[in-house]
Amino acid sequence: MKRTSIKITSKKLDLQECYNFVEDDSCGGISAFIGTVRNDTQGKEVLQLDFSTYKPMAIKEMQKIADLALEKFPIHKIAIHHAEGMLQIGEIPVIITASSKHRKATFEACEFAIDTLKETVPIWKKEYFSDGEVWVNAHP
Amino acid sequence: MKIQTLFFGITSDLVETNDLEITISENSSINDFKVFLKKKYPKLENINSYAIAVNETYAEGNLILKEGDVVAIIPPVSGG
Repeated sequence: MKRTSIKITSKKLDLQECYNFVEDDSCGGISAFIGTVRNDTQGKEVLQLDFSTYKPMAIKEMQKIADLALEKFPIHKIAIHHAEGMLQIGEIPVIITASSKHRKATFEACEFAIDTLKETVPIWKKEYFSDGEVWVNAHP
Repeated sequence: MKIQTLFFGITSDLVETNDLEITISENSSINDFKVFLKKKYPKLENINSYAIAVNETYAEGNLILKEGDVVAIIPPVSGG
């Protein structure tokens, strides 16, 4: 049985798909983290975000995170799906779902997965403003 | 030896390409490669703050490169 679902797609992410993947009769809870495109950054209006990826490596790094989450927390299954390409305000760049017998592990696994994804997975976003565009985090 | 080099995020704007074949001397380490790249592309002044992946895995500076390796320049990531 496959316990992880990893995907990077230029299509619209599907929350139902992520839910269905982790859902199981043995589980008492499912958590989902859904990242959404916000309309401002530090008070400046954002028009859209463009996500680019180093896809083969990003898939490997997302798989590592999912495998590690299964080791660290008593979860049954985990899905990590990320979008690429241009996204508009309110659209969804990332969905993480996790299922477990008890709720705590599902919260912890989702938090661990999104925090680690933001540190290690080679995906970059460019913010578009009315007066130009900028790579997020480009100058640490 | 030839090293395929991939640029992502801000670095692809700085060097104005996503993909280059770079020829460096045998037994060069990643650190040597960074020095070479910065000399060739002075705009990559922050290269020491970028991560490097070799064949799709993060790698340390002392790793010795070999012919045909694919080296990716990974500026700070911002997914999610």
